[in-house]
Amino acid sequence: MSSGQDRTRLLKPLLFALCLLPLLLLVGRGIIGSLGPNPVEVLTHETGNWALRLLLLTLAVTPVRRLTGQVLILRFRRMLGLFAFFYAALHLLIYLWLDQFWGWSEIAEDVLRRPYILVGWLAFVLMMPLAITSTQSWMRRLGRRWKQLHRIVYAIAILAVLHVLWLVKADLMEPAIYALILALLLAMRVPWAWLSMRMRRLGSVARER
Amino acid sequence: MLIKKPHEIPPSEITPRHIWERRRDFLKVSAAGLGLAATAAFTGTGLARASATGIIEHIQPSPYSTDEPLTSLEDITSYNNFYELGTDKSDPKANAKFLRPRPWTLKVDGECAAPGEIGVEDILALYTQEERIYRLRCVEAWAMVVPWVGFPLGDLLKRFEPTANAKYVAFETLFDPEQMPGQRRKVLEWPYREGLRMDEAMHPLTILSTGLYGELLPNQNGAPLRLVVPWKYGFKSIKSIVRISFTETEPHATWNRMQPNEYGFYANVNPEVNHPRWSQRSHRMIGDGWLAKKHPTLLFNGYADQVAHLYAGMDLNRFF
Repeated sequence: MSSGQDRTRLLKPLLFALCLLPLLLLVGRGIIGSLGPNPVEVLTHETGNWALRLLLLTLAVTPVRRLTGQVLILRFRRMLGLFAFFYAALHLLIYLWLDQFWGWSEIAEDVLRRPYILVGWLAFVLMMPLAITSTQSWMRRLGRRWKQLHRIVYAIAILAVLHVLWLVKADLMEPAIYALILALLLAMRVPWAWLSMRMRRLGSVARER
Repeated sequence: MLIKKPHEIPPSEITPRHIWERRRDFLKVSAAGLGLAATAAFTGTGLARASATGIIEHIQPSPYSTDEPLTSLEDITSYNNFYELGTDKSDPKANAKFLRPRPWTLKVDGECAAPGEIGVEDILALYTQEERIYRLRCVEAWAMVVPWVGFPLGDLLKRFEPTANAKYVAFETLFDPEQMPGQRRKVLEWPYREGLRMDEAMHPLTILSTGLYGELLPNQNGAPLRLVVPWKYGFKSIKSIVRISFTETEPHATWNRMQPNEYGFYANVNPEVNHPRWSQRSHRMIGDGWLAKKHPTLLFNGYADQVAHLYAGMDLNRFF
């Protein structure tokens, strides 16, 4: 067994625990009653924040690999993505249960009248097929189309940042930071996409000759 | 802190009028001296005590008070929208130490015969302080029940003799980034400004608050002087007021100017008027806990009997 695999074996449970930490902290604060005067608001915001942060971390994997040449981190991408989905699901569950108490007519009104709710729903719905097809067997089954399908993650990230941006009343500092990070992560992909397109074209020209 | 209901004071225990009136004269004369003494006391005890937790004496109960259960002092003083002291709900409490509520002067000007200035100590001495237990409804769909201490705004306004041109009243918060660190970033247009129509300002439910839970206002709640208009969303109830002006035209109101489609000038609590961020049909009562259902929001925050006539014939969907 290579040392790379050994290291992954050690690091994976560590990353798993690290990703679970925000949830454990929230539960702990809930138990000792230190979530403040509006605990449901804190739970909603924190689970949403971590969903977005983990989504951005997932998107950082490829640029980091390209810049550092470190391939090992590719093995953590699935876990990061699935944790982003996990926190998004918790976020949605808290909204549906503790905020709306399954009042579907109010929820429908929210979706129709409040754009930030609509884009939030869209982001979550789009995450579902990606979470489902994240397994090895689905990767094999979909082949080249797997990669195409998972490019939806770019749309999801844009929708998630819009969700925060449209939600905030006046202080745009936090959503602006997320937007900047996302813009950077997306922009870093452009040169490589352009390069690989050139390479492919050159390749096909060579073949024609 | 113990949650107390205001006790009904039997008439027998109330000091005879001629005696407290004499006391009042004495206070008026010595107000300047008292002001100095108070300043010394507050600066002497250091920043932590500068939140002015002095007990207000001779508070009268009011028939306008609700008998609903009070929100705890802890929640009222640690969950605040006061962007001058920070944009997070917990920021105002943390930054409260920077605000110095004494000495404090209120300037009154505009369309009135007797413009002038009045110190906050004089205000406390001149106007009978009442306990007003009001529902507070924030536009963010949460609510509290607060035992304010204060007095009718109209009583103070009359003192400055508004003219027939005074159709509106404009209010202004202190602008001082030293005392209000939130003003170092231009999150809102500083100073914070609000306004009322004259009849709204003169309505007996509208008070200037000087305290809560029987003590002087904590800084994070808008010390030393704030507006409370219980049938309007909380952002109308401007904090730490330094200036009041009578105007002929509708005054500038900060949130209204920033996002007119979201925050109307009137900002009357109304479950039927849609808001692009929060459904106004119901609200969460702070302190209710996790699994508590939300409460249905009432037109004019449940004060329709007292204030609906002010808006007779107005389209509340247009003038929201």
